[in-house]
Amino acid sequence: MTDPTRLTAHELTDAFRSGAATPSAVTEAYLGRIAKLDGKVRAYLTVTDGRARAAAAASDARYRAGKPLGPLDGVPISYKDVLSTRGVKTTCGSRILESWVPPFDATVVTRLAAAGVVPLGKSNMDEFAMGSSTEHSAFQLTANPWDLARVPGGSSGGPAAAVAGDLAAISLGTDTGGSIRQPGAFCGIVGMKPTYGRVSRYGLVAFASSLDQIGPFAKDVRDAALVLRAIAGVDPADATSVDVPVPDYAASLGEGMRGLRVGVLEYDTAGMDPDVQRAVTAAIDVLKGLGATTQAVTLPTADHGLAAYYIIAPAEASSNLARYDGVKYGLRALGKDLIDMESRTRAAGFGAEVKRRIMLGTYALSSGYYDAYYGKAQKVRTLIRRDFDAAFEHVDVIVGPTTPGVAFKHGEKEDPLAMYLNDVFTVPANLSGNPGISVPCGFSTSGLPIGLHLVGRAFDEATILRVAYAYEQATTWRTRRPELA
Amino acid sequence: MTWEVVIGLEVHAELTTRTKMFCGCPTTFGASPNTQTCPICLGMPGTLPVINRRAIEFGVRTALAFNCRINTACRFARKHYYYPDMPKNFQISQYEEPLAEDGWLEIDVQGGTKRIGIQRLHMEEDVGKLIHDGTLETAPSSRVDFNRAGVPLMETVSKPELRSPEEAAAYLRAFRSVLMYLGVCDGNMEEGSMRCDANISLRRPGATELGTKVEIKNLNSFRNAQRALEFEVKRQAQALEAGEKIVQETRLFDADKGYTRSMRSKEYAHDYRYFPEPDLVPLKLEGAFVDGIRAALPELARAQQQRFVAQYGLPAYDAGILTQSRALAGYYEAAVSALAPGGSTASPASAKAVANWIMSELLRVVPGDDERAIAESPVPPAHLAGLIALIDDGTISGKIAKDVFEKMVRSREDARTIVQREGLTQVADTGAIAAIVDQVIAANPKAIADFKAGKTAAAKSLVGQVMKATQGKANPAIVNTLIEEKLAKV
Ligand SMILES: [Zn+2]
Repeated sequence: MTDPTRLTAHELTDAFRSGAATPSAVTEAYLGRIAKLDGKVRAYLTVTDGRARAAAAASDARYRAGKPLGPLDGVPISYKDVLSTRGVKTTCGSRILESWVPPFDATVVTRLAAAGVVPLGKSNMDEFAMGSSTEHSAFQLTANPWDLARVPGGSSGGPAAAVAGDLAAISLGTDTGGSIRQPGAFCGIVGMKPTYGRVSRYGLVAFASSLDQIGPFAKDVRDAALVLRAIAGVDPADATSVDVPVPDYAASLGEGMRGLRVGVLEYDTAGMDPDVQRAVTAAIDVLKGLGATTQAVTLPTADHGLAAYYIIAPAEASSNLARYDGVKYGLRALGKDLIDMESRTRAAGFGAEVKRRIMLGTYALSSGYYDAYYGKAQKVRTLIRRDFDAAFEHVDVIVGPTTPGVAFKHGEKEDPLAMYLNDVFTVPANLSGNPGISVPCGFSTSGLPIGLHLVGRAFDEATILRVAYAYEQATTWRTRRPELA
Repeated sequence: MTWEVVIGLEVHAELTTRTKMFCGCPTTFGASPNTQTCPICLGMPGTLPVINRRAIEFGVRTALAFNCRINTACRFARKHYYYPDMPKNFQISQYEEPLAEDGWLEIDVQGGTKRIGIQRLHMEEDVGKLIHDGTLETAPSSRVDFNRAGVPLMETVSKPELRSPEEAAAYLRAFRSVLMYLGVCDGNMEEGSMRCDANISLRRPGATELGTKVEIKNLNSFRNAQRALEFEVKRQAQALEAGEKIVQETRLFDADKGYTRSMRSKEYAHDYRYFPEPDLVPLKLEGAFVDGIRAALPELARAQQQRFVAQYGLPAYDAGILTQSRALAGYYEAAVSALAPGGSTASPASAKAVANWIMSELLRVVPGDDERAIAESPVPPAHLAGLIALIDDGTISGKIAKDVFEKMVRSREDARTIVQREGLTQVADTGAIAAIVDQVIAANPKAIADFKAGKTAAAKSLVGQVMKATQGKANPAIVNTLIEEKLAKV
């Protein structure tokens, strides 16, 4: 058979059921590829080969007994290193948690373990998920498998590069302002942020609690649908998770575009990569050809989304990161007294971007500034939510580019503001809570992947998956793969 | 010069829920350090809080008892400051949308009662405890015990309507009584279950503006609260009379030395950077939930005291002592009803007798405000009722009964068992007593002679000798009558 690391998760489990492959053999293929090629991509911070082999052997036995756990049994996965894994280091890409080993699993990790996945390891990220290039990891630069001189996007650059480089079949990332969809676009794979409240955040080390959401990276839309189904659903351990029934997303993928109303996002093209614009326009034509009706959609307040985001996210981060003080766990620097110890610990443990955002957030919440900053940003957030609600009275999905450009070179965007602009199209859905997905829609003239961004109604992931699937099946982009060897 | 004293109190009460405010850890006091913790109350990365419904129920119960308005939509907020006993370096508390507002609590003041306004009542989580090797200033290292971190805490802020240190102490007593009657707090100030901070200022009588206030922390008993405030009244009055300005500051009460001292500004100057807790959704308190709690509210001490006066004919003083705790009041009513079998009403005499026995005997053995000690009293209510019944039916004398009570305390047996085993039954058989009286008279010719000579006290000495000969078991009334009869004949 072909190299199993090229297969999607559903192709793998088909092969496991037919006996054409075994989870152990596929796991060995992945571990071998990681050993050989991850030195180039540097997607992984920790490879859990022992755990992977044990899980694969257990999965082998279930297939032999004819009793697999479901459509993901035996599928090798990588977890962004911000998801807590019992007994396995969870660093968040930060010095301050360099040696942190959680005594519990995140709910998503527990749910996927119950679905039989094989955990290959923990993948790289911008420190505490703050960044759009994974260059803010305290430990290593991750390369984009399409061009090793370029970034994979961020903050979930590690798990995105792992799937794009065939170093994992599927992976989980987190998305606070675009951190799944943007690296999905940069790496030419499917990346999805579910509705806020759809997936439990328990065990996700918080960056910005009201924005963070866990979601899948996958080689095709069907895999994303299968992973979402496995991780979604209310969790008593997360008070913000919502009890809305979880449909069988994979079952409704093939329902096609007939009768669907597609809203075409009107956006400011200043500073846009023309290749991206061209690819998105062509993709919309494909959707029309599949039977969708289209109409223009504007989100009038979305222009202020980035500004509101860079108040709310740092404010929450400044609070969430206060616990890292050297007293209880993680890094501890020596100091002459308590305050000195805490200051030195935080000075040594956090990188420049994290410090910048803690300062921004602390300022925004300060007495006397709260109303002008945090209060106002929350008002913008309400308005953006209303913009989406108004748009979804007329359309079923909103389509646009995932990012203004394609993957950039390491070190190319040193100005933080230029980096922040990467999130301009993805941030509004975090502020409103709506689900979004990035699906490959072509390549730039330089051969770099481009992503199409679909946003749906709250808790209606089924529709954006269905549209993404129809588009994916009507095009051949997914057959083009990066060559690492 | 005279000054009007203006005091407001903030009381923190630890709730007696089985589990903590945002996780499932137990709340038992006194366990070995860090044994009652989990990833959530240790603030580990990735953990999330989940609201303890029972704690909210306790908060609503208290708010209703304080006549507060319950906010149907309240939410939690994060309060930030760095301190190593606080795992997340923020405390989940409530800020702009507390659980309840605008209530009042009635207190006893000289010559009557007074309503003290309650501004707000909100819920939060407690912090851990630092254990210093020595004092805070000299310790080379300190350890943290997080057992208490996350225990449900209810903060209640009074309006500045207390006008003296005595009123402040009365407020604390009434406050504690309500909490204990509601069963939401054990009221133990030594263990820190109830902690109090005070705001105090002075002004000219009749002035409408408030003076500069000073906050006093660490008032860990009613007595200390009153002492600290009395000291502060004197200190502020002296300062004002010397033409000085009062500095708005936080002062710490040193209970050993009996004075307040200024805390360094660093110790309390915080910008708490409150913002709504994003990990918890706003709490919607439905009408039915609140109504259910309201319907189940127990009778509180003040109402019970009035009822005891009306129903049992007790003096207000007795009723006040008996309602110092719900357990003691319950004890009293159980004993009274045991004396009135079959649902009949106890006589005012036996209701008063029970009150007397509790006040003069039981409370020497069991502290009246200790719910647990009363529940585990060596003399349960039925035993006390049994003892009183033996006096009423003449089986034992009141004097013997006091000895029997002591024995009941030691052995935990009922009165009848002790009286029968030890032969303490009062001798009421006139024939038997008459024989002893004859013996005593025969053996005391001198007493007879004295009596004849007009020394009536001699009769008393004879009664005493008969009682002695019967080891106190003879019915004193019968002995008196018989002696009188015999002496009349000689
Ligand atoms: Zn706990």
